[in-house]
Amino acid sequence: MKAQDIFLAGVGGQGILLAGEILCIVFMEAGLDVKKSEVHGMAQRGGSVTSHVRCGRKVFSPLIPEGQADVLIGFEALEALRWVNFLKKDGVLLVNRQKINPTTVTSGRMEYPPRIYDVLKKRHPKTRIVDGLKLARKAGDVRTVNSVLVGAISGEVDLPEEMWKRAISQRIPEKFVDVNLHAFELGRGR
Amino acid sequence: MESTTTKLMSGNEAIAWGAYDYGVKVAAAYPGTPSTEILENIARFDDVYAEWAPNEKVALEVAIGACLGGVRTLASMKHVGLNVAADPFFTASYIGVNGGLVIISADDPGMHSSQNEQDNRHYALAAKVPMLEPADSQEAYEFIGLALKISEQYDTPVLLRVTTRVSHSKGLVERTAKRIEHLREPGFVKNPPKYVMVPNFARQRHDYVEQRMVRLHELSETTPINRIEWGRREVGIVTSGVAYQYAREARPLASFLKLGLTHPLPENLIRDFAEGVKKVFVVEELDPYLEDQIKALGIPVLGKERFPICGELSPEIVKQGLSGKKRKKPGSPPNVPPRPPALCPGCPHSASFYTMKKLKLNVMGDIGCYTLSVAPPLETMDSTLCMGASIGMAHGLDKALGPNPESRSVAVLGDSTFLHSGISSLMNIAYNRGTSTTVILDNRTTAMTGFQEHAATGRTLQGVETPEVDFEALGKALGIDSVRTVDPYEMKDLEKALKEEVEAPHSSLIIARRDCLLLKRGERKTPKTVDPDKCVGCNLCLLTGCPALSQTPDGKAQIDSVVCNGCPICQQICKLDAISDLA
Repeated sequence: MKAQDIFLAGVGGQGILLAGEILCIVFMEAGLDVKKSEVHGMAQRGGSVTSHVRCGRKVFSPLIPEGQADVLIGFEALEALRWVNFLKKDGVLLVNRQKINPTTVTSGRMEYPPRIYDVLKKRHPKTRIVDGLKLARKAGDVRTVNSVLVGAISGEVDLPEEMWKRAISQRIPEKFVDVNLHAFELGRGR
Repeated sequence: MESTTTKLMSGNEAIAWGAYDYGVKVAAAYPGTPSTEILENIARFDDVYAEWAPNEKVALEVAIGACLGGVRTLASMKHVGLNVAADPFFTASYIGVNGGLVIISADDPGMHSSQNEQDNRHYALAAKVPMLEPADSQEAYEFIGLALKISEQYDTPVLLRVTTRVSHSKGLVERTAKRIEHLREPGFVKNPPKYVMVPNFARQRHDYVEQRMVRLHELSETTPINRIEWGRREVGIVTSGVAYQYAREARPLASFLKLGLTHPLPENLIRDFAEGVKKVFVVEELDPYLEDQIKALGIPVLGKERFPICGELSPEIVKQGLSGKKRKKPGSPPNVPPRPPALCPGCPHSASFYTMKKLKLNVMGDIGCYTLSVAPPLETMDSTLCMGASIGMAHGLDKALGPNPESRSVAVLGDSTFLHSGISSLMNIAYNRGTSTTVILDNRTTAMTGFQEHAATGRTLQGVETPEVDFEALGKALGIDSVRTVDPYEMKDLEKALKEEVEAPHSSLIIARRDCLLLKRGERKTPKTVDPDKCVGCNLCLLTGCPALSQTPDGKAQIDSVVCNGCPICQQICKLDAISDLA
């Protein structure tokens, strides 16, 4: 498998760090060098959260250079827009159909940008909207949105489905494994 | 913890495993981003004693004491924590060690979660202790072993300096050692000339420190962690830490002098490298620490004229600096509204700050979640300097302005911050007959860094039950005239207490006590809702900054029932009874 740079963006509390962790386990199992970078602390109190996941024969920088990500996944629409610069021109953009207002919008000081999905599609032809919440509900638990999105990413990476499922089973508490595997399958299916 | 050989680890986890495998017996810290997870991970090992100290100074003193007992020890802290611990740090350099002693400073270039971006490499220079800078998780693991060895061989504390992108990046780590036990026989041997720093003994020890620096210079020339990676000879890059990774990414074919031991620097190795390449760049984050020392050797280099001093580096910034050309941006994103971190829905601090704003108080603030109250719409915090500064500053402001009904001040800080460095300044108010009011926002945890225990939570880092500090009794014991406790959810009581105490001509302490909402995530209350027939759109409730509250298109308030935690704050603020439990 070739080197991959995957950029995850969303809002604190959406399970971005866990999703990044699962990606790393899969790439590690595939025999690749892996690095992942993210920021903890103050930024996590409902702020914008990102995770850079990189794999290849040998990875140096833990940060993806701007404009180089092969896949960018926005767990939230506005966050996809905020970080879209990191995606390369012909990269794949996955966007979860979910809108979470930042406090700058709820306080009435700014406006949530209209038509985000259209703007993104125009910019990156390989844009796909994922109905994360709907599929998670269908899987049986709204808290499995991040597994739905991991499923969506897995469709863009040339590795067997089994490896992804093993990583999920390894990383998620036993009693939630089945529902998360189901969510993963729904996210992966096109 | 299981112990497989190759694992994905953050730099902080790798440091913890390194500490374990290389025989650390005692570890102490005060939580602070990006260093917190080091001690949290060490605490999981049954055969290591790990503790949260009330502050970094105490943590380092604990580690120094333990190392005099002959065991390997570690103290970790964020960069500004070393300012607090600077006093023991400088003289620990003189007394040296018995068992190995490593001090970890986790710097935060870019200030992801800090009040400044000081470059702590200067501390190694100033205190004359050797410094190691790992560039990834594998090195973080190995350098702990090396640091402990250097510490014991050269009779010195060792500074291990990491940055956010080393601490919080994950990479593969192969463990090279099984836990080492009993390197030295534990025990304390009396040795006043080495351990008692009265002037006469300290003068001898200063001589020793200078001799030690000479020997460490020799080590720096020969250690394999200071190495040349020859590539093309047009460009040579001198670098350390995570900057090495960015530079390797930007110029994979260049020649590199990769420095792992960055104090003292290997002068001959640097000269050899510079002579072997046409042009030398120094790529380093923050200050020109390497650059200034290399220039002092008379070697011309390109450094901060190409790379910024402010903020963290990135692969693209390094690439741009090396090429000297302005890089074409791949199309900037359209203007998007920022998503700053905010106080959680239902945070008891929101009630406290709403009330302080209503009373138009000058709020001398501090470091913690509550610092977020500086953001609109609360905009209540008027100063934030360093841990514990609020109380001293409020006292100073009050002494400067005298009793001034137009301008009343309060000091506001959290429970953990108060225990960190607020107690002595509260004592100062009582002692010097101050009339200031101090408010402890007591949410029973160290919230911002991820809910660490402290001396008032009744539990230690390793889960042992322990007595809780009694803030009320402490305030009285220090000589504070009026001490009272309120529940910030009872907003009338809170307002009354604040109003009375700031107006009273005596010193006072208000403890606004309510558990952090995130401590009891499971117990979600019924969310609130707004009755649109009663709401007139006065927007008072929106001034809390609660993320669950927003305006409808016709200007009335609305509550997002998914986000709302069911607290009574907005309900009490509403003068028209428009807010109630969702049916």
